[in-house]
Amino acid sequence: MRTIALPRSTGWRVIATVLILAGVGAAFARFRLGLGATTNLTDEFPWGLWIGFDFLGIGLAAAGFTIVAAVNLFHAKDYEPIVRPAVLTAFIGYLLVVFVLIIDLGRPDHFWHPLVMWNPHSVMCEISWCLMLYTTVLSLEFAPIVLEKLAIHKPIKWIHAISLPLMIFGVLLSTLHQSSFGSLYLIVPNRLHPLWYTPLLPVLFFISCLASGIAMVLLESLLLSRSGRSLLPAALRANLARIMAVALALYFVVRIQDLLSRGLLHEMLTPSYYSAAFYAEILLGYLIPFSLLMFERIRTTARGLYATTLLVLAGFAANRMDTAVTGLESWPSHTYFPSIMEILIMLGIVAIGASAFSLVVRYLPIFPAEPARAPATMGARDVRGSSRHAPDGRTLEAS
Amino acid sequence: MDLTLCIGCNACQGGCKEENQLPPGDEQSLSLTAFTALSEHNGIFVRHLCQHCEVPTCVSVCPVGALTKTEAGPVAYDGEKCIGCRYCLQACPFHVPRYEWSSTRPRIRKCNFCAARLQRGLGTACAQACPTGATSFGGRDALLREAARRIEARPGSYVPRIYGREDIGGTSMLYLSPVPFEQLGFDTRLGKTPMPLLTMSALSKAPNVITVGGVMLTGVWWITNRRAEVAAKEGSGLRDRYRKGEDN
Repeated sequence: MRTIALPRSTGWRVIATVLILAGVGAAFARFRLGLGATTNLTDEFPWGLWIGFDFLGIGLAAAGFTIVAAVNLFHAKDYEPIVRPAVLTAFIGYLLVVFVLIIDLGRPDHFWHPLVMWNPHSVMCEISWCLMLYTTVLSLEFAPIVLEKLAIHKPIKWIHAISLPLMIFGVLLSTLHQSSFGSLYLIVPNRLHPLWYTPLLPVLFFISCLASGIAMVLLESLLLSRSGRSLLPAALRANLARIMAVALALYFVVRIQDLLSRGLLHEMLTPSYYSAAFYAEILLGYLIPFSLLMFERIRTTARGLYATTLLVLAGFAANRMDTAVTGLESWPSHTYFPSIMEILIMLGIVAIGASAFSLVVRYLPIFPAEPARAPATMGARDVRGSSRHAPDGRTLEAS
Repeated sequence: MDLTLCIGCNACQGGCKEENQLPPGDEQSLSLTAFTALSEHNGIFVRHLCQHCEVPTCVSVCPVGALTKTEAGPVAYDGEKCIGCRYCLQACPFHVPRYEWSSTRPRIRKCNFCAARLQRGLGTACAQACPTGATSFGGRDALLREAARRIEARPGSYVPRIYGREDIGGTSMLYLSPVPFEQLGFDTRLGKTPMPLLTMSALSKAPNVITVGGVMLTGVWWITNRRAEVAAKEGSGLRDRYRKGEDN
């Protein structure tokens, strides 16, 4: 057992600490003074940066259900080493979104009401339920990792017994949750700009989260490989990149076909603030990364993949922010820009998430054992095998 | 509301504020202190207030059912249920609800159709205050008949449209106007379909996603799991060969 060293003080840690403290201070102000004094939200712009952040957090958390489905339901066992990091990403992502939602709600003390006061006609009600149930599923998927560390084996067996239905339920909940964020905007055809409003919003939100989820997994794998851990061999990363390219292409085709079939070619061709935002999103987030992924050199090199995943994530973020903010700017008499407090709280939450991730990977068995310790002749299978910490020798990731 | 009769005296707003115990004053747009307001468009006055839709968008979006459409017509609000998600502000096609942004226990504020007066068998305070009969209170069917009669009797004075008769499935507020409604700031492109149907088409598919998706995913697991078992038994499965090729 290694002794646990005190965290080193690096630039990133200082920045994270400052951001967290500022965020906590801003959150305190928000609860003491109310939303009006601390945000730029108004009757005309009742949702802003925080809702956009929720979309991003949930979209990046798609890493969890896509990889769990691929590895444990589709038996793509080669990708097993990334199951735990992906589940951790999803778990942290969902917890952060719950934080932000509670800060965003006008009556945080009533946050539990959707659980007892149902309105089956409300997308928001469905979202609340998905959020709560999937966070529960994720905590159960994550629990074995903690229990393993604490050497409490009995509950691990219980969780393992229900792992298959649990995983299937998690994937279904994610599907509903990702798409229902799009459904939220189905009710505002008179407000949302036609370049973003479409009856297909839930479908488009779901397809794009597949790309962002894979991009997130790739990004994590790439970042960690820079610090000497090789989570996935380059060939498997290239395979993931191919799947991401398919998701990007699918999204692009459905989106453009939908715009054309609803006769919105003129909206695409008229130069405006909105069409500029639309092209930025489509080109940077979908077309350019897709084209890049067609080159083997991009798919197989760390630098090429790095650039592509960042583009995909940026395009995804742009799409969600365009739906939540830009596309709605044509309605009110004034535009919205988040207040300092809103930005500080969001940055603080992001810093909490990043710090939580790095703390968890430091103290819990998230990654397979260091490949450096394995003899050079060992293949991927052995490296994968060494991720099996469970006493019964069965993998417990996401189970 | 017959806009040809309105003289802009704001008595309706005064009556409303008295009934709802709001600070007096003539306001041009809805606010926390004005559940109804009067704005002028080239000499024609338009009164704003909650339209109390027949199939209200706000009621459908509220996750906790804090907003309800009551039998008598009013869309009622229960601040004790409200969680403050502000979806109603986002969704209302008439941009009616106002939020107590400066409060730490904020509520939605809007016209409540004088629900308490209605229960006592009285009309609304605004209709009672109106000196010219521009605002009149009554049953929806009776008002629609009266509106149609007025348009027929003086076709030159009205555009041939009753705003609110069919717009987004019909509203409890009905308007007659001497000029096209677009010129008065009315949104005439809302269509006849109630907005809640737009989300219901997506929401109603959720149970299918669970059942069909559940069966499909279980099936996929069954097949791939079996394939893995067979491969393991045969010793050299496809997967091993595949993996050799993919190792780096």
